[in-house]
Amino acid sequence: MRKKWMALFAALAMALPLGLAGCGSVSSGGNVLNVYNWGEYISDGSEGTYDTIREFEKWYEQTYGQKVKVNYTTFASNEDMYSKLASGAVSYDVIIPSDYMIARMAQEGMLAPLNFDNIPNYQYVDESFHGLYYDPENLYSIPYTYGIVGIIYNANVVDEADAQGWDLMWNEKYAGDILQYNNPRDAFGTAMYKLGLDVNTTDRSVWEQARQELVKQKPMLDGLVMDEIFNAMEAGESAIGSYYAGDYFTMVDNQADNVDLQFYYPERTNYYVDAMCIPACAQNKELAEIFINFMLSEDAAIANAEYTYYASPNRLVYENEDYREEMGEETMEILYPELGNFADQYNRYAYRNLNDETLGYINDLWENVKIN
Amino acid sequence: MRQRKLKGSQSGYRAALAPYSLWAMIFVLVPLVFVAYYAFTDNEFHFTTANMAKFFHSTSSILNADGSTREVHTYIVIALRSLKLAAISTLICLLLGYPIAYIMSRAQEKTQKIMMTLIMIPMWMNFLIRTYAWMTIMQDTGILNNMLAALGLHRIKLIGTETAVVIGMVYDFLPYMVLPIYSIMAKMDDKLLEAARDLGCNSLSVLRRVVFPLSLPGVVSGVTMVLIPAVSTFYISQKLGSGKFLLIGDVIEGQYAANNFHFAAAIALVMMVLLLAVMALFKYLTGHRMNGGK
Repeated sequence: MRKKWMALFAALAMALPLGLAGCGSVSSGGNVLNVYNWGEYISDGSEGTYDTIREFEKWYEQTYGQKVKVNYTTFASNEDMYSKLASGAVSYDVIIPSDYMIARMAQEGMLAPLNFDNIPNYQYVDESFHGLYYDPENLYSIPYTYGIVGIIYNANVVDEADAQGWDLMWNEKYAGDILQYNNPRDAFGTAMYKLGLDVNTTDRSVWEQARQELVKQKPMLDGLVMDEIFNAMEAGESAIGSYYAGDYFTMVDNQADNVDLQFYYPERTNYYVDAMCIPACAQNKELAEIFINFMLSEDAAIANAEYTYYASPNRLVYENEDYREEMGEETMEILYPELGNFADQYNRYAYRNLNDETLGYINDLWENVKIN
Repeated sequence: MRQRKLKGSQSGYRAALAPYSLWAMIFVLVPLVFVAYYAFTDNEFHFTTANMAKFFHSTSSILNADGSTREVHTYIVIALRSLKLAAISTLICLLLGYPIAYIMSRAQEKTQKIMMTLIMIPMWMNFLIRTYAWMTIMQDTGILNNMLAALGLHRIKLIGTETAVVIGMVYDFLPYMVLPIYSIMAKMDDKLLEAARDLGCNSLSVLRRVVFPLSLPGVVSGVTMVLIPAVSTFYISQKLGSGKFLLIGDVIEGQYAANNFHFAAAIALVMMVLLLAVMALFKYLTGHRMNGGK
């Protein structure tokens, strides 16, 4: 009988949301560094590229005369990464989550403050990336990449004159050729930027305004998509959609012969930053800082920026002549637009964590949009 | 479970059943209890009927073509739409699958094996990949439309329509209809059919009065195996419906994404009860037939 209760209790414990962040007690013998990053988010030596992890191991041995072993693992979403860390079953030394997740983890005490004495290369990260909302005092994170959402259109279908602002996504002329995001936050974002509303408000009437705008747009949509946008835009299935600048280049590389994809930034839009952090549970904090410093060094940073095709906040990268040439002038203009101060724009427009109540409300509104 | 015949060796029988019982308890019963528990609690795990009330009372305003709006019950509309698409797909699967199963069961053994393999082969591929393949077939610039255009015919809008979703469901779930009906029909004694003919039945009435009643158990399990996954699918509607059709599976997925496990559980529970009711009704009606009623 007792066994039965124990089993039930265990099942219960597993099902309940894990509120506390525990530290894994996995001891890593010797010099082992556990790095946890997005998939395909580091130059990995494939097709003759720079092998960041091996180069780090080599460099470390040459510099410190000791061997180091890097365990590199990847995650598919911030939420996966979070729940794995929060479960306490594993321990990582370096993680690269997105902005809103960093804010949440910092708030929950899951991140360790960085010792910048071990990270001298931080000086190369542009000052306009200091004081971002998720880490206002620059204690926990160092930006790795950033990106800005823009509008992609097929110039063989869309008139140049119409290609302005978010209005293009509501232009009746192109009804049946427009793509919208298939998730509530991004879809509402497009309507809210269009109307000049605050994307982080908790005021329900503001969200309701955005809902009405989306309902108006719904009959004009060719589809609500996420990654399907690549195929749809490349093949010329649809003519208008919005996505990150880096992804636009992927689409251009694969576009069909009769498709001519172009890109621009609307005045107000969404930004993301992914940044390197050290979890509070890290077993090897100093080694982690040395690794982060290495990631900021010229060769590694350039190789990673070229591999991922995302913008780098590191001056050693975007001021490097070879890198600029490799990317080409047009690409540089799109990847690194003139923003004035990045932090100002970013703090005003980027998505932040919303409370559960607001998220629930948005989700209800989203269902409302979709059954229209 | 009562097992009169096995009374003598009941303890041995129980022991043999123990691993399965344990398995069923952990992976069937416990999750079901949790679904019900979540459905009737709020975020602080206090008892509430708010989730159920939300399912039945939430309304959405729909924008009419003339600019006016009307109010509908959000989740009831979505649930009914899911049931409708699933029912259409199940019916088409039955209409297509039944003759296939019959022909297969009456064919020579070698042909039967070949036909069986042909039906099974697509199932060796992951169904996500098969659904993607349908996307490229049905797109505006896809294989089908390019073929139509090459023949000088009009292109048709398929992707992003309910038709596309139904086609996807029928394709994905057809084997689940054919196989149970076939396995029942294969066991059907040829002598019964000959007897019916001897007694003056024409082909149609052999089918109607002998084959069909005998195959009903297969039809019941085929319908069950198609209807249930068809009602709860969200992947097919997302890909082939271009994300424009919200089915009940999409809603549950969305509620999970929004961290609203309690309402998601409530929807799942309502759908479970609804499906059980539908299946019970179906079984009752066909059972009536099976037991010799008209």
